[in-house]
Amino acid sequence: MLRFLSVRLLQFAITLVIASVVVFALLNLLPGSAAQVALGVNATPEAVAALEAEYGLDRPLPVQYLHWVGGILHGDFGTSYVTQAPVGPVISGSVQVTLILVVAAVVVSLLIAVPVGTLAAVSHRRPLGAVISALGQVGVAIPSFLAAILLVLVFSVNLGWLPSSGWVVPAVDPAGFLRSLILPVLALSLVQAAILSRYVRSAVLDVLGEDFLRTARAKGLTRGAAVVRHGLRNAAVPVLTVTGLQLSALLVGAVVVELVFVLPGMGSELVRAVGNRDLVTVQGIVLVLVFMVLVINLLVDVLYTIIDPRIRRAA
Amino acid sequence: MTEPMQSGTRATTAPVRPSRRKNAQLTIGAVLVALVVVLALVSFIWMPYDPTQADPAARLQGASAAHWFGTDQFGRDTFSAIMAGARITLLVGLVAVAIAFVIGVPLGMLAAQTRWSWLSGLIMRGNDLLLAFPALLLAMIFAAAVGTGIGPAVVALGIASIPGFARVARSSALQVLSREYIMAAQAGNRRPLAIAWHHVLPNIVGLVIVEASVAFALAVLAEAGLSFLGLGTQPPTPSWGRMLQESQQFLSTAPHLALWPGLFIALAVLGFNLLGDGLRDRFDPRLKGRS
Repeated sequence: MLRFLSVRLLQFAITLVIASVVVFALLNLLPGSAAQVALGVNATPEAVAALEAEYGLDRPLPVQYLHWVGGILHGDFGTSYVTQAPVGPVISGSVQVTLILVVAAVVVSLLIAVPVGTLAAVSHRRPLGAVISALGQVGVAIPSFLAAILLVLVFSVNLGWLPSSGWVVPAVDPAGFLRSLILPVLALSLVQAAILSRYVRSAVLDVLGEDFLRTARAKGLTRGAAVVRHGLRNAAVPVLTVTGLQLSALLVGAVVVELVFVLPGMGSELVRAVGNRDLVTVQGIVLVLVFMVLVINLLVDVLYTIIDPRIRRAA
Repeated sequence: MTEPMQSGTRATTAPVRPSRRKNAQLTIGAVLVALVVVLALVSFIWMPYDPTQADPAARLQGASAAHWFGTDQFGRDTFSAIMAGARITLLVGLVAVAIAFVIGVPLGMLAAQTRWSWLSGLIMRGNDLLLAFPALLLAMIFAAAVGTGIGPAVVALGIASIPGFARVARSSALQVLSREYIMAAQAGNRRPLAIAWHHVLPNIVGLVIVEASVAFALAVLAEAGLSFLGLGTQPPTPSWGRMLQESQQFLSTAPHLALWPGLFIALAVLGFNLLGDGLRDRFDPRLKGRS
């Protein structure tokens, strides 16, 4: 287990370093001078040169990259040359909103997808199974921002049950915090649940044909008990893989959903920064998002070995 | 005694039912895609109104004989905007898929066919790295670096779709390469490029088309998302994503402004997804009956 963990951690570190190079390269090699963008098209070459010198943009790119990464290791994400403010506080202020949103959405989507997908698999030759599959297919086609607008239309505009936007700090008003969280989390998780339930269905269908399930039935378990006790655990590995893969989609979905509900998360900050072409802020937020995706993948890999010890031995 | 009987009847009916359902998938998918294509093509020769033409006298109207889908906050005709939006949706999907196809398929085939394992490893690790950047995120990075607009967006969406094509091309090419006729061609001293062009590509093209359909659906979703964020199609060009974004202010007074573009985004994505699933069953019968 220790060897597996250390190999996996090393892979994680290498991927993170390469990803940081890619993020930096994309934002600095694509055409367009950052200083020119910050100052506007009418800026004189002298003013552009002065700004570049001030922020070290006139140095070679590898030096700039090392300076950026070195700063991040000390918690310094650099200073935006659009807002003249440090980027670190922007990220630390918004990351918890996004994290709460994404974690809640994963939990809710699994809570929906596992029972629904299992039901669809168990009843896959009956009308109920077909209906669930069709609903899943439609759900996959609905982007999270459309789900968000439809939810606002029904639960805020027509029924008036829940707020259509805004963020309440949990320490100030816990009930208001939960109320402000319901619609954004639902918008993200309903679509994810539709995608996940299709994989749960497929994974459970595979397991249903396995010998060990027949053995469990032969030992006297009912069909339902056999599926829950033995089937779901074995179906969990592919479902976990997809959940991990979908998390990057969920993070991006959160970016858009935050904008719909005016939540002060990383998505709102990222969209604002992209609109202002605030490259330093974009760079920092994208790196944190990629870091989160990689951490999640790492956790998924570790979870595998807990669910299915055969994988650990293979590694 | 009833249970074995039941499973017996199930076993005999099973192969028929899923295939009929899959045929339905293919048909419904093709119809939905055709609907979007027809809307886009017809928009070049006829639209009820100029979709960018404001009419202050006809602001925020509901559906009527004059305006089938109603009008927006400037009095512009929603149905005309939906028609013009279909063009952008298809254009973005086509160009993005073409970029991913032209780069991803040769890369995947190269990874399968090369004798140098380091090259194959390099291609596939690069692929994995690219997967860490979802389409929308990559498009936002491009928008930040180059500026907002449909051009950078399409390139970013195309690049983000490369890993899917490379993976499908590699795995299906590996299967083809183990066949006897390939060995015969190799024994006949045909050049690797000729084998790839004449023997591998024609045999993997089916699954690549399936991937194209799925990638198309993802590109439609991502374009809508980008335009929703104001980073994709720029005004005054109509786009379903931006129509949806603009509708947010009028949800209580004119909900139809959100429903129409939302419906067409969902129909287009559903169409390409169903088409992909249906085609996959045609080209890869082993997957029949699975989602």
